[in-house]
Amino acid sequence: MLTNTDNKSKNSLSSWWSSGEPWIWLNAAAVGISITAVVGLLLLIAIKGFAHFWPADVTQISYTQLTAQGPVSQEVYGEIVEQDSLPLQQYLESGGDSAVLTANQEQITRWLIKTGNRRINPPDFRWVVENQIQNRSTPDGLTVIERLEWGNAYGRLVRLTRSSGETIEGAGVWDALQEDFERAEGVRSQIEELEQGVLNTLNYELESLRLDKRRAELDNRPDRIPEIDAEVANIRAEYAVEEARLRELYRALEGDSLTLATATNEELVVPLSDILRSWQPNNMSTLGKLGHYSTSVWRFLTDDPREANTEGGIFPAIFGTVLMVLLMSLLVTPFGVIAALYLREYAKQGPMVRLIRIAVNNLAGVPSIVYGVFGLGFFVYFLGGNLDQLFFAESLPAPTFGTPGLVWASLTLALLTVPVVIVSTEEGLTRIPRSLREGSLALGATKAETLFRVVLPMASPSILTGVILAVARAAGEVAPLMLVGVVKLAPTLPLDGNFPYLHLERKFMHLGFHIYDVGFQSPNVEAARPLVYATALLLVIIIIVLNLTAITLRGRLERRYRGVES
Amino acid sequence: MSEPVNPNTPQNDADASARTEKISIKVNDLSLYYGDKKALDSISMEIPARQATAFIGPSGCGKSTLLRCFNRMNDLIDNVHTTGSIELEGTNIHDQRVDAAQLRRRVGMVFQRPNPFPKSIYENVAYGMRIQESVHKSEMDERVEWALRSAALWDEVKDRLKDSALGLSGGQQQRLVIARAVAIRPSVLLLDEPASALDPISTLKIEELIEQLKDEYTIVIVTHNMQQAARVSDHTAFLYLGELVEFDKTDDIFKNPQQKRTEDYITGRYG
Repeated sequence: MLTNTDNKSKNSLSSWWSSGEPWIWLNAAAVGISITAVVGLLLLIAIKGFAHFWPADVTQISYTQLTAQGPVSQEVYGEIVEQDSLPLQQYLESGGDSAVLTANQEQITRWLIKTGNRRINPPDFRWVVENQIQNRSTPDGLTVIERLEWGNAYGRLVRLTRSSGETIEGAGVWDALQEDFERAEGVRSQIEELEQGVLNTLNYELESLRLDKRRAELDNRPDRIPEIDAEVANIRAEYAVEEARLRELYRALEGDSLTLATATNEELVVPLSDILRSWQPNNMSTLGKLGHYSTSVWRFLTDDPREANTEGGIFPAIFGTVLMVLLMSLLVTPFGVIAALYLREYAKQGPMVRLIRIAVNNLAGVPSIVYGVFGLGFFVYFLGGNLDQLFFAESLPAPTFGTPGLVWASLTLALLTVPVVIVSTEEGLTRIPRSLREGSLALGATKAETLFRVVLPMASPSILTGVILAVARAAGEVAPLMLVGVVKLAPTLPLDGNFPYLHLERKFMHLGFHIYDVGFQSPNVEAARPLVYATALLLVIIIIVLNLTAITLRGRLERRYRGVES
Repeated sequence: MSEPVNPNTPQNDADASARTEKISIKVNDLSLYYGDKKALDSISMEIPARQATAFIGPSGCGKSTLLRCFNRMNDLIDNVHTTGSIELEGTNIHDQRVDAAQLRRRVGMVFQRPNPFPKSIYENVAYGMRIQESVHKSEMDERVEWALRSAALWDEVKDRLKDSALGLSGGQQQRLVIARAVAIRPSVLLLDEPASALDPISTLKIEELIEQLKDEYTIVIVTHNMQQAARVSDHTAFLYLGELVEFDKTDDIFKNPQQKRTEDYITGRYG
């Protein structure tokens, strides 16, 4: 009896095993883990990145710090950025102060406080152990000033000094500040308009005239030079007028300044022209904070970076990434499709074609940095160098195309991604039923006409699949780009109002490189960390958006051709 | 190279009918090889113009292969070569100067399964015209309508010319494909088992259509269905294992076959 049941249970175990159910569970677990990992990652970077923009309360903290001279009491204003706890052992080993500990304490809680005011009392990020803190409060009226340079300042408003000599003190300072700030903002936007608009264009024209002159010299056409000189003089005059206007505007910003008092009652003078924003988080309602938050996010998306990329926005990087990927797609699609057409439709199928196909597939496995080196050597130095010799001799020795730039980066990535386009296009071509090709040929179409009118349109969803994969890969590549066109900070966008509008030779910024630069090359890692998360999230979002666009397009094409392949 | 004329071919009868009728396609001692395998063996025949000629025979007998010789569709297959000649209205279609694409504009073809392009009904019919002729919009509209009327499809689709051709039923698709072939005004229409994938009603419509079309076009139809051959064709050729066994007026083939093998096939003893 006993052996019988034993047998039975063995049987049921083995039948459970052979039923394949464990296999299904294993599969489900694998999928579940993958999904959790991806969602978790996205959530992590989203929370870490976008929590940064929330206007946290400013806390006044007094604590004792153990120094070589003994305990010193400190008094600071700052935002609590992070909190963590560490084992007592670790705290003591790293030279922690044992005097502040309570009995039987096993965990030490410590806070990272952003205290700002970088120039007068560094460091601007401090770890403070909870036990050291004597007093903690969030008094009203503490003000945060976002400065053009040196990061945030925290303090109490003391007085506002105007260029007219008038000073405002006490309760009216905040309102007066807002008023003055609005005016300053207006002037600042005028300055920006002038610098980015007219002055930029004039500069560009001057530069192209300089090149024209140089070209005239090279071509032995001295007769053209006076004409060019005259025009240069014209533009110089125009430039002088605009420059005078610009100086006028800058003068309007001078003289006004705001005085803050730090927690230790030191006075901190901030020129009004240096103030980007000011807010009093302790006095703000949740709705007010929400408003502030959305402006912060918006600024992050649309502003240029400042302070070695650790402050300000990332607009040029977003722009550069998208533009580069679009250009890459424009280059890789015809290239890959034509190659696939030849391999599948024209080349005689045999060992040679098989060999080429294997080579193409293996190209996809070459490390991307190798493509970067190739791009630098072939595109930049060889192609670009020769282009410069042939067409841009007037600007030599300064290279035009013989230096890393947008077009070379796009080409390098196009080369990197062309195998996926070839493979998926070929797959699409083989799926077109023979009957349709014959139908077209039987109507007197040549092979080329059949390809262009019937086969290629029907293969377009597969081609788009290839482009989607190519975009996904290209948008995330950083290593080769560092060699062929991406820079830490590009002074101008590759697209602007000056003819020929799209400047393929310019260097550009890229989100992937930006993450690396901000995260690992920045002078202020603590300040930069949230930006790394935010930028990473943005990169993911951009890739998703680009892909979704292509997927929607593909869906539309698939609907059009549905039912043919059956 | 050339092989002796197949004694089984009823030369005399074919000649007799040719005397009274204009000949569209003249096949002379045609053999076709897939690699080393002989698929058509010394076929000679004369297909009269503006009549329907049916090819019958068991599967694999070479009737489709023969049909595809007439518009050189076999050129597309690797490893195929032919001997002998085919003349279309007096021109050897294998001549150096004959362009296959041009030939196919004169010899239209409809396949076993309807194969409309994944385009609109209108564009399907206009396809052949767009390729080589520069036809004005208004003329194109007329030609499309004319072709669709020729294929007896106009009344069913005139309100949805811009809709996808893939939305049509199988029978409608097959008539659309016929319209597409007719639109470029060929002189010969090759139909490769045009009704084998269709239901009986659609088949009937296609047969009626063939009746009408043969006033204008030389029609060569391959069919499995002997009743269909009897209904629609004026002449019938019976092929067996790559040979042309018998070729004669349809009535004669069915009522009074000269060859034992023809009789056996028609009476259903094999095939």
